[in-house]
Amino acid sequence: MSSRSGTPPPRSLHALAWVTAASAFVLIAIGGVVTSKGVGMAVPDWPTTYGYNPFFFPIDQWTGGIFQEHVHRLAASGVGLLTLVLAVWFQVREPRVWVRRLAWLAFAGVCVQGGLGGTRVLLNGVSVLGIPGSVFFGVLHATTAQLFLALVGSLTLVTSSLWARCTARPANVAAPAGGRAVLAVVGLMFLQLIVAATMRHQHAGLAIPDFPLAYGSIYPATDPDSLHRINQQRMGVVEDSPVTPFQIHLQMAHRVLAVTLVTAVFAVAWRLRRQGRPWSVWGGVWAGLLGAQFVLGAATVWTNKAADLATAHVAVGALSLVVGGTLGLALCGGPRPSLSAFRPCGDDRANLKTAAAMPVSAS
Amino acid sequence: MKQSLIVAAFAASAVSALAGDVTGSVSLKGTPPPEKPITPLMADVNCGKASPGTVTTRHFVVGANNGLGNVFVYVKAGLEGKKSEVTAPKAVIDQLGCLYQPYVSGSVAGAAIEFRNSDAFLHNVNFMKSDAGNDTFNFAQGAGSKPIDKVFKNVEVMAKIQCNVHPWMFGYIGIVDNPFFAVTDKDGKFTIKGLPAGKYTLAFKHLKAGEVTQEVEVKDSGATVTAILEVK
Repeated sequence: MSSRSGTPPPRSLHALAWVTAASAFVLIAIGGVVTSKGVGMAVPDWPTTYGYNPFFFPIDQWTGGIFQEHVHRLAASGVGLLTLVLAVWFQVREPRVWVRRLAWLAFAGVCVQGGLGGTRVLLNGVSVLGIPGSVFFGVLHATTAQLFLALVGSLTLVTSSLWARCTARPANVAAPAGGRAVLAVVGLMFLQLIVAATMRHQHAGLAIPDFPLAYGSIYPATDPDSLHRINQQRMGVVEDSPVTPFQIHLQMAHRVLAVTLVTAVFAVAWRLRRQGRPWSVWGGVWAGLLGAQFVLGAATVWTNKAADLATAHVAVGALSLVVGGTLGLALCGGPRPSLSAFRPCGDDRANLKTAAAMPVSAS
Repeated sequence: MKQSLIVAAFAASAVSALAGDVTGSVSLKGTPPPEKPITPLMADVNCGKASPGTVTTRHFVVGANNGLGNVFVYVKAGLEGKKSEVTAPKAVIDQLGCLYQPYVSGSVAGAAIEFRNSDAFLHNVNFMKSDAGNDTFNFAQGAGSKPIDKVFKNVEVMAKIQCNVHPWMFGYIGIVDNPFFAVTDKDGKFTIKGLPAGKYTLAFKHLKAGEVTQEVEVKDSGATVTAILEVK
């Protein structure tokens, strides 16, 4: 039963983890729609919906932005329930203590995430550390969502037959290289997601309306006269706050990070290409997602932040994080200090072939 | 609080013997960017019916002789020590056709502003960010609801309100510490009534074109002012 001996855990656990991860991904996409359309405050109360128990809110009142926000809340309730089932199921069927704890951590995470969503509504107008509550809690809510998805994604990995095979690998087989590099890139990707969430939750529209240039130059001027001219030309339909120097610098940081990430992920994928399957395929998928993400980011600018493209940009960003995160986890073999039985996993034949040629990861 | 006290002092003061109306116009120099159609409004089932046809943004309302509408005109300085019993009419903001009407309005700090919903469906009014320490709020107002009063206690030019059910709906309120303000009409014209005689600094604030100030001397016969805002 124990995966330490190479036997995969019950398939039902793996399937449930997959369903939960997929649901969390859909929930993030719905949340992306809510933010893209600027309707996060369309329902001003929480946990009720216009005074109703959310599950009994009359469907004829699901109009305009209320529809998106209410669907987001209901979907979140569904994911919360699913995560509770997952945690209980893991508690019953999963032999590894640390995996059971991970499942309960996921449940705690989804509860915190729901609370953050409610706090974002209730403390919308409150200033926290000088930051508007709508931005502070909005960014926190958005980034915690990504962490939750990564956590549930890791549960799908550690309940997979691949992981079982990996952990059963003989100790004298060399680890696949690149795990730390992947995790470093994933860390940078998470930073990028925080930057992106900060941009989106200010609801200021596009801070820079052109790409690849920025206001026609490599780096735009942000002196008062330039800003005045910029703001005079901004003709927002949904979001129309004056742009600030901070927002412009943040957008530029997002662009620089995007180029850095694409370069880094392509380099990692190229390196993994020589390690055989599944690493080469995994790295290729990751690189493909980053390429798509870059194009979606550009298209978001070119379409003046069309809601569907902006949402797709959020969704693919989340997917990139979880694909990269699980890849890094698989390469490094999990949280080793408390789990001495863990070893880096992978295709043993490929590892054996490449062990002599590749630098061995310290992990 | 300070502004509220100033307003209270105004209301309690004796009538000034000399007072006049300030009339004038504001024009726009330069060519503004074209307005954009509010496509989400037109695509919305309810709002498309409530505001049929093409509805555009109202960033630059330019009328005859380049007159610029939606400019908030107010007395920025010069009222110290002056007496008047002029009171500003209660500001009323309606939600009509999925737009705030008027787009720009004015009120005195501490005075109630009335929000109405003339549409046949629900809106919410969200004042989510204040640079002046005003209390934020977010309330829903269904079809047929009674008017709801809200008070901004501090001076804030301009306070932004928005509906999140229909997120293209936003409007602005100039909150000042005296009753001497006006909003220009579609041709850029305005009148401020009953300003006590004296010298003042008038400010002309437009959401896109910015703010300019102008010195004016008001006599009992009033005064006429023209101001120019520029788009670059």
